[in-house]
Amino acid sequence: MNEERRTQNEELRKGAKSLRTFSEFFILRSAFCVLVLLLWHVAVVLTGATIFPSPVAVAKGLTDLPNLASYIRDSLFRVAAGYSIAVLLGVPVGLALGWWSWLARAANPLIQMLRPISPLAWMPLAVIWFGVSNVAPIFLIFLASFFPIVVATMNGVRNVPQVYVQAGRNFGLSTRALIAQVVFPAVLPRIVVGLRIAFGVAWIVLVAAEMIAVDSGLGYMIIDARNAGKRYDLVVGGMLTIGVIGLILDALIRRTETLRAVRWAFRE
Amino acid sequence: MTTKVAFRNIGMTFGSMRVLDDINLDVRDGEFVCLLGPSGCGKSTLLNIVGGFIAPMEGEVTIDGEHVSGPDPRRIFVFQERGVFPWLTVEQNIGFGLFRQAEAEKRARIAHYIQLVGLRGFEQSYPRELSGGMKQRLEVARALAVNPDVLYLDEPFGALDSITRLQMRRELLRIWQAEKKTILFVTHDIDESVQLADRVVVLSARPGRVQRIVDIDMPHPRDLSDARYLQLRDEIFGEIGLAHQV
Repeated sequence: MNEERRTQNEELRKGAKSLRTFSEFFILRSAFCVLVLLLWHVAVVLTGATIFPSPVAVAKGLTDLPNLASYIRDSLFRVAAGYSIAVLLGVPVGLALGWWSWLARAANPLIQMLRPISPLAWMPLAVIWFGVSNVAPIFLIFLASFFPIVVATMNGVRNVPQVYVQAGRNFGLSTRALIAQVVFPAVLPRIVVGLRIAFGVAWIVLVAAEMIAVDSGLGYMIIDARNAGKRYDLVVGGMLTIGVIGLILDALIRRTETLRAVRWAFRE
Repeated sequence: MTTKVAFRNIGMTFGSMRVLDDINLDVRDGEFVCLLGPSGCGKSTLLNIVGGFIAPMEGEVTIDGEHVSGPDPRRIFVFQERGVFPWLTVEQNIGFGLFRQAEAEKRARIAHYIQLVGLRGFEQSYPRELSGGMKQRLEVARALAVNPDVLYLDEPFGALDSITRLQMRRELLRIWQAEKKTILFVTHDIDESVQLADRVVVLSARPGRVQRIVDIDMPHPRDLSDARYLQLRDEIFGEIGLAHQV
């Protein structure tokens, strides 16, 4: 049938196109990176800046730092712990709030009130409750990512097309089966987007939390480098490390958008 | 033939708007009935009532003498192609309602209906990889797979181009004759109703009432240039108050 062949051809064309754009982007991006590093280096040399380090000084500072690997490990552990708890609690809470509108009406004022409070405002309380330990930053990361996940999931459920729910009911699904087999898969793409946004917030909050509540991690590294000897090469190095790891993790999370279960909702 | 679906004095008001008024209709077992009316006459509301998604304010619907109080897998509602689940493959969509069946039975039914609606070779495809007509056939297959007695179709071909629409009508008639279901089909397309139905129920503009029931006494396949076809079509055009000249 003609219409069927046309659909297949379109798929093939799209595949070839995305391959070409990928390699083009890769070259373009690498070239841009090199250019920025060059400009940075030239600017530092020309101005004779003493406080702001050149990229070479930053690279040297980082490679000489014995604790870098363990700082990265500590930061990753904290963000993984806080974020995982937020996902495990936030998704079910969001599903429930989206499905039972009376529940959302009851809880929404509280959520909307807590949501705009920066998680960092909880820091004094977190330190009192949990002391200088891993638990304080994990708690802050949990707070930072919990609300975006809840809100994305809740709004997703509310926007599930009514025809899907009606079809599910028509085939005789119980409410529980309906949520598991229709509502959840239908909102999963929106949840994935929410998870990605939440992760970005979590990563930002982590660094700030580590500047106060603990004595290890990338945030601590930055504040310690400044306090302990005005090592601005390590300050900038810490910033860059945070940025690069954030970029890698975001790319990994983005990969989830290509999973079979959610791919239907995204254009390439 | 025995009565399958019976509408008794169905009335419906939304706010201050009277949508349906005193609808009485008997649909026979295995019959193909089109509900035809202008936009906003309440025909979709009527279909949602018989489907169990909306409770009527007045009157009741019975199927096989049994009061309709909610949706039921013995009667499946087919939406425009939007109703298929985009996160499931063709195969998984057709198998969606078969969770009570044993695995072997499920496999067999999926294979049978993929064949019946002509989606062989697309078992593992996702709906977004299908054309509109294919999605519509997929939804019909998903409905038929649970072996319902009755199918409700709400302007199922409305979003398709006119050529695909004609093909889909032929397909639907073929399936109806093969599977012997009772079909209630909502449309605002006069030609469509005369091509498909055993009887066309013409609803009036809001509030919807049964204005007239036209027997389409023509065997399938119907010749669209046959004098009888044109006569029946003109009759319904006249009934709705339209002269078919552009």
